[in-house]
Amino acid sequence: MADTGLANTRSANSGPTYSGPVNSGPANAERAQARSARDQLFDVRLVVNGIVHTVIVPARRLLSDCLRHDLRLTGTHVGCEHGVCGACTVLVDGVATRSCLMLTVSADNAEITTVEGLTEPDGTLSPVQQAFTDCHGLQCGFCTPGFLTTITAALAENPEPSHDEAREIIGGNLCRCTGYQNIVKAVLRAAELKRRRSS
Amino acid sequence: MKPSSFGYSRPESVAEAVQVLASIGPDGKVLAGGQSLVPLLNMRLAAPTHLVDINRLSELAFISVADGQVTVGATARHADVLRDPVAATAQPLLRKALTLVAHPVIRNRGTTVGSIVHADPSGEMTAVLALLGGSVRLASTSGQRCVPAEEFFLGPLESDVRPDELATEASFPVLPPSAGCAFAEVSRRQGDYAICGVAALIELDTEGIVTRARAAYLSVSGTPLVLDLTAACGDVGGDLIEADFAEAGRLAMSQVRPTDDIHATASYRRHLVGVLTERALHEAHQQARERAGG
Amino acid sequence: MFGEPIARLEDDRLLRGHGAYLDDLGHDALAAAFVRSPHAHARIVDIDVSGALDVDGLIAIYTYEDLPGRVAEPLPLLIPHPSLTHPRTGFPLAADEVNYMGEPVVMVIAADRYLAEDAAEAIIVDYEPLPAVVGVEAARDGEHLVHADVPGNVAAELTQSNGDAVAAIAAAPHVLELDLTIERSASSPLEGRGVLARWDTESKRLRIWSSTQTSTGVRAAVAAKLDLALADVDVITPDVGGGFGVKIMHPWPEEVLVPWAVKLLGRPVKFTEDRAEHFISSAHERGQRHRVRVGFDDDGRVLGLDVRFWHDNGAYIPYGLIVPIITSTQLLGPYKPGAYRVEFTSLYTNTVIVTPYRGAGRPQGAFVMERTMDAIAAALGLDRTLVRERNFITPEEMPYDHGLIFQDGRPLIYDSGDYPASLAKIKALVGWDSFPAVQAEAREHGRNLGIGLACYVEGTGVGPYEGAHVVVETSGKVKVATGLTSQGQGHQTVFAQIVADELGVPIGDIEVTTGDTRAFAYAVGTFASRAAVMSGSAIALAARTARAKAIRIAAAALEASPDDMEIVDGVVRVKGDPASAIGIGTVAVLSNPLRYAFDEAAKAATQFAGGDIDKPPVAAGEAPGLEGREFFSPIRSTFASGMHAVIVETDPRTAEIKILRYCVVHDCGTLINPRIVEGQIHGGVAQGVGGALYERMAYDEYGQLQNASFMDFLMPYVSEAPDGIEIDHLETPSPLNPLGIKGAGEAGVIPGAAVFASAIEDAEGFPITAMPISPSELFELRQLHRRG
Repeated sequence: MADTGLANTRSANSGPTYSGPVNSGPANAERAQARSARDQLFDVRLVVNGIVHTVIVPARRLLSDCLRHDLRLTGTHVGCEHGVCGACTVLVDGVATRSCLMLTVSADNAEITTVEGLTEPDGTLSPVQQAFTDCHGLQCGFCTPGFLTTITAALAENPEPSHDEAREIIGGNLCRCTGYQNIVKAVLRAAELKRRRSS
Repeated sequence: MKPSSFGYSRPESVAEAVQVLASIGPDGKVLAGGQSLVPLLNMRLAAPTHLVDINRLSELAFISVADGQVTVGATARHADVLRDPVAATAQPLLRKALTLVAHPVIRNRGTTVGSIVHADPSGEMTAVLALLGGSVRLASTSGQRCVPAEEFFLGPLESDVRPDELATEASFPVLPPSAGCAFAEVSRRQGDYAICGVAALIELDTEGIVTRARAAYLSVSGTPLVLDLTAACGDVGGDLIEADFAEAGRLAMSQVRPTDDIHATASYRRHLVGVLTERALHEAHQQARERAGG
Repeated sequence: MFGEPIARLEDDRLLRGHGAYLDDLGHDALAAAFVRSPHAHARIVDIDVSGALDVDGLIAIYTYEDLPGRVAEPLPLLIPHPSLTHPRTGFPLAADEVNYMGEPVVMVIAADRYLAEDAAEAIIVDYEPLPAVVGVEAARDGEHLVHADVPGNVAAELTQSNGDAVAAIAAAPHVLELDLTIERSASSPLEGRGVLARWDTESKRLRIWSSTQTSTGVRAAVAAKLDLALADVDVITPDVGGGFGVKIMHPWPEEVLVPWAVKLLGRPVKFTEDRAEHFISSAHERGQRHRVRVGFDDDGRVLGLDVRFWHDNGAYIPYGLIVPIITSTQLLGPYKPGAYRVEFTSLYTNTVIVTPYRGAGRPQGAFVMERTMDAIAAALGLDRTLVRERNFITPEEMPYDHGLIFQDGRPLIYDSGDYPASLAKIKALVGWDSFPAVQAEAREHGRNLGIGLACYVEGTGVGPYEGAHVVVETSGKVKVATGLTSQGQGHQTVFAQIVADELGVPIGDIEVTTGDTRAFAYAVGTFASRAAVMSGSAIALAARTARAKAIRIAAAALEASPDDMEIVDGVVRVKGDPASAIGIGTVAVLSNPLRYAFDEAAKAATQFAGGDIDKPPVAAGEAPGLEGREFFSPIRSTFASGMHAVIVETDPRTAEIKILRYCVVHDCGTLINPRIVEGQIHGGVAQGVGGALYERMAYDEYGQLQNASFMDFLMPYVSEAPDGIEIDHLETPSPLNPLGIKGAGEAGVIPGAAVFASAIEDAEGFPITAMPISPSELFELRQLHRRG
């Protein structure tokens, strides 16, 4: 990222019209002013959807941002950055995890699966992906990747969920479009498709 | 919402971890599961100068049952503790409480020790530790110390862990043979922090009389509140119904000082203390009777 | 294809993670962040940016002082109204004063969002706090003013009436008064707002991507603010992660500032808001207080209805009076009161602005009317459905003129609908008549069950117009463009279904583009459940035009009569003679007479290849190409309707509220894709549940929003949504458009508050007059009613 320095804007160079005595600012402003050094950078090795990547990132770079902006895998979405909505869920070493609550540096050497990695190698949709279109389980599609990874991991552990278990599986993901009815159906349909494909 | 800058270390051993903690000063923070800490970082409600990431300390990823204690290491995830069959048999309250902690994906990464150190008065595991009279082991460059639950929680989100200390494990006494436990909670949505929660423990003697009834309360005080309700449970043996614990419920209601917030009034919370005390004690009592074989 | 519940064409791409939402674009762009007011009301004394200047990667910082010309003027008042006597809109960056917590004060541009936030955090703004006006009561009291020059905080007062309601009530045998409140909530889509802009220094053109519901609206507003010709501004809507109304508001401050900065810097800039920003700087809706006086006879017939309400419009009023006007008019629902009077006051408060959220004032109207109907039934000891039935407009009375002006500026005239039939269906579906016995038995077992019912009518397909362009390419592929936008409604699919049927081509050959001013520049936007009606109709008309032309050209080439032609599977042919056929792609070739053949297929259209030498190659009044371009502009809105019923259980001890069954009867005319319509209903119902039981913007008296996160603003998870929604349909086609369609987008949410209030009241036995209601609030009401 090229550092172009400050552009020729009046405010940045000469300061705004308002001037005069500065009241003591809020604590976080003072803290921000105290930091003038660049973020220290770390080499991180990530295996994402089977491909090895090395990224060089500050410690504070969230895994969600690394996947989306450093690796350009924009299928993982960011809805809240406080772990509640689940749109950012990816699989870390096979375990469904909120990527907005994980630092990239913490994921060093991890094997990560994002929504892009759920598709079969020959390009067919996975059972979970196929189930979503069979059941009209997505509308705007923004929350969908988080559901797909969550359900994929859950079905690996419990391949034959009951209706109530299907509701529990998706219990931690927010969707504003579908009202969840068809997503529950998609979980059960995905289980069925998995069964069919393996037989 | 992005965190502000911080230094970062990822020690490979407890010894290394405490060395780093000793060197980084009071504004450092331990990063375990991150499910409580990282939201605060993202919202810039917390801005530690240095994070010590303990997720590689596999030596702390254990769950063991020995010497009358279930001991959980600092990097054991909620999901691991929840799944562990030996722990569940030894102390059923762990699984009952963990089922109510957030959602499965949060439990995949969040650690039980981490949530205890976080000391949220709405946290299920803080109430469990307090109820059972458990303890937390803390390590530093000066050695180790073990802090019992009643001394561990100092205030909302404030525990006795010093800046240079690492909590390495938490221990929960196992459930005695003629005892039962339960967890009852009301939250706005499934998985949310409880508006009111009760963890309960009942012990019976050979005649089936209640010899000990204790309850710990969530979301009605700044630290987990533990009440001895034995006297209010009466001398009756045999099968009891919820209403038989009404006096215990009333006693609990008289002891709590809840506050209003945007989700619930103080008076509603107090009311729930009564209702949930009855429910939790009753369920604990049922389990105690089953385990006692009568 | 029309009427088929086919799987969506959008899905494959989105399921693979290949969606392109705003933040997925512009990886090379600089990032914008904002310093936003922490105070609800304050004077800006000083802005000190010095602390931010040494943040690595800082590019620029802008305050109001830096804004030139029109950019420094207030943001536009989008929908003026004669009664909006004191309109106030904000500046893109606050000038002297901030009027809500979240108002943008300083814009920071940096290399990435992390650095931009670092710089923003280091900027110190010195404020002098002023008293904050929060809530309808404080605004109404007028002790403190949001805007010093707006007396009483009154933006507008508007009265509409039909007949003399006051007199009718005075003469009525029975009179009731009700006070009814709905609290503020918000659309809260999973994807927040975002805007990306690029300035092409060579062609001097601006290209903007925005997560908006109106590409043409953004284009016009930004062009006006930046003094650019419309032709020099493109606005492209990427994939949008939900809108639900909030994204119809435009231009946001950020939508003006980012393109402006881009022009200045000569570098692309992207603003992606985060969740906290969405709560405090986008828009909210629903907060209103109502006072009802109703006069009725012994049968429960409403003789006079007089509604007075107060609408909290927030700190500014850029969207005008649309929401309260919709409440005023849609409150009537499926009923014909003898006389009706509605008066509202729109009030400023020091809170986030109020613009439409799915339902847009209808949920409040339905709540008021349905609570009134229930109250009449209770007063007379009559069944709640009987009272409603006695007040229904009947099918024979359609079209029915209410004598009021609707939100489109046109008369409120219902075109079609069969409310008695809907009522019969919902009663059968939920088991209305047998419920009292179910309830009594449950009571004996210590369980509180209650049933509620709510009806609504929804004006959809609001004008002024939409248009469409259908182009058959020489490959045989069909490109369809319409100017309004998509946020998950399946437009790519339903519009393709229309074209597949109208044009006779395989659906896989059809590609639909929405919300891109490069592809179609005349449009209004997606709101008011209008897309299927407006663009659907325009697309049908454009496809018919293309079809007629294809048949004309093919008939001439095949020397047949156009009346004998048909188009099936993309082949134009003589009926009953499959050999006499031309592929529609070839017809497209023929439609454009050429001098130069650029490939094999094109040779057929060149000047020595044939054709009638006694006629000009392009006939008078025709144009080259196989296209249709049409607009649809209806005389007025078309009225969908529905009825919901819910059975709840309230815990006698904890007051928790559980949904046992949720039933919907729904009439949106003919259905293009029943599965997509059902999906819209499901989503709307979940938002209705949210609005009834969970969602409220919790402002304290200082104007601080206390629940600006998903942790404390309680949107339903699956556990809070009904476990199964039972739906039955009625179809009363609209006479106002060629397809007979009515809108479906908002239907699911409209009766939410009303139906839950009705059911909880039935379970508890005391009135429920304020929504949302939580277990804590229900508990407190129980205490109140036990004491009193």
